[in-house]
Amino acid sequence: MIVAIASGKGGTGKTTVSAALASIWKRPVLAVDMDVEEPNLHLFLKPGSVRIEPVYLEVPVLDKALCKLCGACAELCQFKAISLMGAHLLIFPDMCHGCGGCMRICPEGALQKGQRELGVVETGMTADGIPCLTGRLRIGEAMSPPLMGKVRQRMQAMAEKEIRDIIIDAPPGVSCPAMTAVQDADVILLVTEPTPFGLHDLRLAWQAFRPLGKPMGVVINRAGVGDDQVHSFCQEKNLPLLVEIPFRRDIAEHYAHGGILPQLDAGMKATFEELAERLERMATEGVGVSHA
Amino acid sequence: MRELVVISGKGGTGKTSLTAAFAHLAEKNVLCDLDVDAPDLHLIAEPTLQRSGPFLAGHLAEIDPTICTGCGTCKEVCAYGAIHQEEEHFVVDSRHCEGCKVCVALCPEQAIDFPERLCGTWYESDTRFGPMVHAQLDPGQENSGKLVTLLKAKARERASQLGLELILSDGAPGIGCPVISSLSQASLVLLVTEPTPSGLHDLERVAELCRTFRIRSAVLINKADLSPEYEAAIQVFCQAREIPVVGSLPHDSAVTKAMVRGQAVTEGPDTPFGTKVRQIWTDLQPLFEASPSSLSKESKS
Repeated sequence: MIVAIASGKGGTGKTTVSAALASIWKRPVLAVDMDVEEPNLHLFLKPGSVRIEPVYLEVPVLDKALCKLCGACAELCQFKAISLMGAHLLIFPDMCHGCGGCMRICPEGALQKGQRELGVVETGMTADGIPCLTGRLRIGEAMSPPLMGKVRQRMQAMAEKEIRDIIIDAPPGVSCPAMTAVQDADVILLVTEPTPFGLHDLRLAWQAFRPLGKPMGVVINRAGVGDDQVHSFCQEKNLPLLVEIPFRRDIAEHYAHGGILPQLDAGMKATFEELAERLERMATEGVGVSHA
Repeated sequence: MRELVVISGKGGTGKTSLTAAFAHLAEKNVLCDLDVDAPDLHLIAEPTLQRSGPFLAGHLAEIDPTICTGCGTCKEVCAYGAIHQEEEHFVVDSRHCEGCKVCVALCPEQAIDFPERLCGTWYESDTRFGPMVHAQLDPGQENSGKLVTLLKAKARERASQLGLELILSDGAPGIGCPVISSLSQASLVLLVTEPTPSGLHDLERVAELCRTFRIRSAVLINKADLSPEYEAAIQVFCQAREIPVVGSLPHDSAVTKAMVRGQAVTEGPDTPFGTKVRQIWTDLQPLFEASPSSLSKESKS
């Protein structure tokens, strides 16, 4: 079973919930951080002996001796990564999306395969034996989906090697990176807060993920802080509200010191055990699927 | 013209609430929501729509089934796994199509159309704080960076038409495409952080991003009293990087209360939190004036 923890709004507690769930999960589990722009899950799960492996995108490199300046590559490129300026063919590897089209159509074979580093994939193991997989985007790199693709490949390979459930900490938002992170999930867990911003972005997330036809459930974090509009929304859309995490200063401080919630007190532990059970039921029974 | 861009790396540190407060405190400015994926600033600014338009960016491959002979060349050349076979012919999954045109160029039957892609909507509005430009990217779409660039151009255009000196921009979380686009031409980037492991980790990455693109930055520590240790660690980091810290704000329910009322935290009756925000806004001003990018602009004109 694969659970993706997502949210429209950032900072609602995706990572808090992901780390908490991983720590109390009853079966073997793999924790995956797909928020490659700002990966944080490792700060709470604290995996050791981390292996770091760079990930590359294939970009063109020009062999000037072979280029006849026909401009076919520049004409094809949709991303302004190749430009023909008079007697010079210029390549901007940072703009390249790695489609490989230029290398295919060059009649002279003047474009060879080169590489641009997208970031790294990190693998490690927590003290409790939870394997962790993290994508980390290189600072200055604009494109996260290709790196996320590599994290997905690695995730599938690890899940094939031994049977494990998977918890995916997704990036915020509902654009391409968020959609990429949730596509393999059996259940999508939306973490929100009961405020106007939380509600607005929960609605965006619900609209974006609904066409995928996957069961979705909601966790309200900082319950009691704002108003009750999120509750009404969940009721209206038949979105199961699975658990609420109260707005308490000791919870915020525990998190601020890198703590995992089930370790705070027995009540928190029970909350996340209940969440895990309800997620499991949703995945097996398909509860919470709302069709577009 | 000066532009202040508020970003954070980590989400939920208070970017939007603070941008709204600054918009209330700044006398003449154009407000700009660059979080085109999950925008929230309009919930406080309550814009009255003046103009809107489609955001078209890039293209999308579409196979004409009446021409497709089912040879499969398109599937073979697609680097994104966006093409699959359905009975006799091939079909493009728009969610995975990158718009690279390789299949269009290599289809032996010329069976693939390449229309422009509708990725979202942009808006120009008026608010009680002044004019505002904002947008909504459609779910699952790419090209958020291009939409950010479009909004920034519109903000500059409106500012110069109306003779306004300041653009206040609320940015997106993260360090990827939309955030990189939001940095261009910024006079100052304000990094809003919080004293938590994630806050510090993500601050280090956005600060490095600003350094990479040679954009001046300053730091504001929100919810500062949550962890004195992490607040100290943030101060040490900023000192080592020579990034000015413009101030600290406490973890205060006044922020959420104002949000629920649909107000900036500085609107309505005075609160201790609101007073601190006013002070920070005042302290931020000199950091703008010394901006190299605005200096070079002035020396040109």
